[in-house]
Amino acid sequence: MIKFKNKTKQALLLSFGLTLITSVTGCKPKTAGSAVTAGAAEKVYVAPGKYDDLYAFVSGGFSGQLAVYGFPSARLLKVLPVFSQNPENGYGYSEETLPMLNTSHGFVPYDDLHHVQVSQTDGVMDGRWVFVNGNNTPRVARIDLKTFKTVEIIELPNSAGNHSSPFITENTEYVVAGTRFSVPDDGVEYPIHTYKDNFKGTISFIGVDPKSGEMDISFQLELPPLNFDLSHSGKGPSSGWFFFSTYNTEKAYTLLEVNASQRDKDFIMAVNWKKAEAMIKAGKGKKKSVRYAHNQWNEETHSASSTIKTEVLTLTADQLREVCYFMPCPKSPHGTDVDPSGEYIVGSGKLAALLPVFSFAKIKKAIENKDFDGEYDGFHVLKYESVLHGEVEKPGLGPLHTEFDDKGNAYTSFFVSSEIVKWNVKTLQIIDRVPTYYSIGHLTVPGGDTRKPTGKYVVAYNKITKDRYLPTGPELTQSAQLYDISGEKMQLLLDFPTIGEPHYSQIIPASKIAENSKKFYKIEDNKHPYAVKKESETRVVRDGNKVHVYMSMIRSHLSPDNIEGIKVGDEVYFHLTNLEQDWDVPHGFAIKGAQTAELLIMPGETQTLKWYPKLAGITPFYCTDFCSALHQEMSGYIRVSPAGSNTPIQFGTGENAPGPKK
Amino acid sequence: MQNLIKSSSISTLTRILSILCGVSIIAVVFLPIWRIELDAPQYPEGLSMQIFSNKLSGDVEIINGLNHYIGMRTLHADDFIEFTVLPYVIGIIGLFGVIAGIIRKRWFFFTWATIFLVFAVLTMIDFYIWEYNYGHNLDPTAPIQVPGMTYTPPLIGFKQLLNFGAFSIPDIGGWIMIAVGAILTTLGFYEIKRKKHV
Repeated sequence: MIKFKNKTKQALLLSFGLTLITSVTGCKPKTAGSAVTAGAAEKVYVAPGKYDDLYAFVSGGFSGQLAVYGFPSARLLKVLPVFSQNPENGYGYSEETLPMLNTSHGFVPYDDLHHVQVSQTDGVMDGRWVFVNGNNTPRVARIDLKTFKTVEIIELPNSAGNHSSPFITENTEYVVAGTRFSVPDDGVEYPIHTYKDNFKGTISFIGVDPKSGEMDISFQLELPPLNFDLSHSGKGPSSGWFFFSTYNTEKAYTLLEVNASQRDKDFIMAVNWKKAEAMIKAGKGKKKSVRYAHNQWNEETHSASSTIKTEVLTLTADQLREVCYFMPCPKSPHGTDVDPSGEYIVGSGKLAALLPVFSFAKIKKAIENKDFDGEYDGFHVLKYESVLHGEVEKPGLGPLHTEFDDKGNAYTSFFVSSEIVKWNVKTLQIIDRVPTYYSIGHLTVPGGDTRKPTGKYVVAYNKITKDRYLPTGPELTQSAQLYDISGEKMQLLLDFPTIGEPHYSQIIPASKIAENSKKFYKIEDNKHPYAVKKESETRVVRDGNKVHVYMSMIRSHLSPDNIEGIKVGDEVYFHLTNLEQDWDVPHGFAIKGAQTAELLIMPGETQTLKWYPKLAGITPFYCTDFCSALHQEMSGYIRVSPAGSNTPIQFGTGENAPGPKK
Repeated sequence: MQNLIKSSSISTLTRILSILCGVSIIAVVFLPIWRIELDAPQYPEGLSMQIFSNKLSGDVEIINGLNHYIGMRTLHADDFIEFTVLPYVIGIIGLFGVIAGIIRKRWFFFTWATIFLVFAVLTMIDFYIWEYNYGHNLDPTAPIQVPGMTYTPPLIGFKQLLNFGAFSIPDIGGWIMIAVGAILTTLGFYEIKRKKHV
């Protein structure tokens, strides 16, 4: 450990700090006016009707959703509901989608979505699925890129603050999830001040089925109570390893701002996951009794199911001495990013005045030679100098994340000095720097954390917008900036607002996704128990105080559109099947007084809205999505009779509507 | 050589082409004959319907779904007696062409060529009658009623029908029929001219 204990060193540090401040003042961000050069507009102009070259999946942060943009135009294509309810399409409100948000705590309709990973094959994005993390109630979700739908959510037991997630291995063998907030095992309470003794950090390895994508917690690593912040898989030579940044090696449990920032160096933890996997296969995992939800969407029944699982395999700290190694890294490292070759690992110490780059070859050698610098909680600590490739000097203030291009360059975001700095990974020389507006967090180069980045753009995701857009009261939008990085100098092209708070994103060539995009569901494949395959099957069935309405929708009518015999106190289920078999013809469904949301039903799909009629009278319902020239006519009435009345169930449409025949 | 050929026989060229035309006509039984392409602001990708000798294919269901707005009857293969008869008629006419080439009889060739041409014209007339009926016999309770508007698709070429542009053209089978018609007409003149010279 390097520690500054004497006054000489303190003085040195102070003078170094001052030098840094002066040098940083020299590169004060320029004003927006001077930052945009000619030709920027042309580079982002995608003519009306033309497609963008790239899809960008951008985290919505505390909105709990995922935004899909087209680049380079930065047009917002869609907001995908993941962890938060979405009244726009009934996600988290419809009977079918409710189980997606089930957890061991019951229904949790919100989360804080930070990081995004597109599934990989051979270290390159394959465009099959997107994985995202829920930070608050620890969960990992999988979105299918054929349908752009959340198809699976798995909860993580014995975890809190699921931040170093959902980073994936080169062939999507595993998605990892590490605790940012160490906690004791679920359901066990201790005095908080016994943190050091009773709290633990855990890292979950979630196995992914290579064909179906189905997730399953393969094993958990039980570790000292550090705050595991971010992570990235090794690749190439470092294949089989995973790197996690940590902070709070001080093991503080209060006023972390100060108490977790005391040590000069925290750690990047290198995990030999192949070895951990082999131990699990050899039966060395300990079964732990837990409770966590595993929720899956079925595309044939158009319904989710939720299962509570009760067991997890754990490797305890004493078993992991030859699996996990700690590398000292200056000042509370945040991003831990592996370059495309897999040889270099960049640690971004949030409070550090330099940027260390570690060499995997040296890490391997240090482990072989037992070149250790003592222990931390029984784990070997590698000697900083032995594993260091070198340091980028005076890079900026507050380094957070690094992405890479295909020419051997790295792009690091600096929150405090609000800039992106381009530097050469081998020579560690700074090549260029550009301001961001303002206080960049994550940044993304298309494929920038994979084996094959395309060094055309870098996107900055910012925390503060202040004077960038027209003001919208106290709450302002957050933003992103697109830069051209094809030349030596980075060039600002575009500045645009985002949804929620954008953290990480992944950007992938459109060709890998667009042609697989599903257009509609085949009605003959619909296995929903309450589906109707044609209009003649529509009906209303009473079962005690439960009423099931089997309703169809096709341009431009709902069937049945006259329903009588519903009573106050009933529990009414509207099972809506969209009979259309064509692209872009969804129908919506809303009913007056429903305390849920609308449904938006895709062609060939069935969705259910539950409704409690509370007042006798006539209740209209209608299609909310302007589907056709006669959309306004796509509506109907329900007669709600008082509780206990004898109105019989009657229903119909057109000539079959209840009443005297014409 | 020509003097040796009996005046009641057709030339070798006519024989070969008759057989080729006959085989091609038989192929038409399995090929789309006509196609109608539709496009509208709501369907930038376009809708298309292909007419075979025995069926309709393409986006028939989608087109049927839209027909009810203007009160046009939905299209069902069962409504057309033609789909039962046409494959046989076309097959037999094709077979006659092959026979005409084999037996070389001049009278047979001319009879066959005439039957084919008459058949082709009658088919087009029949097609037009269907189109006219579909375009004119509209449900009086249809939601969209434009005074004076009818929806007969073009027999061939382009026509704007409300928001839909309808483009009607022969498909591969149709082009074969047209080519056969042209070849037979030319051969007919050729044979008449040839007889005068003999």
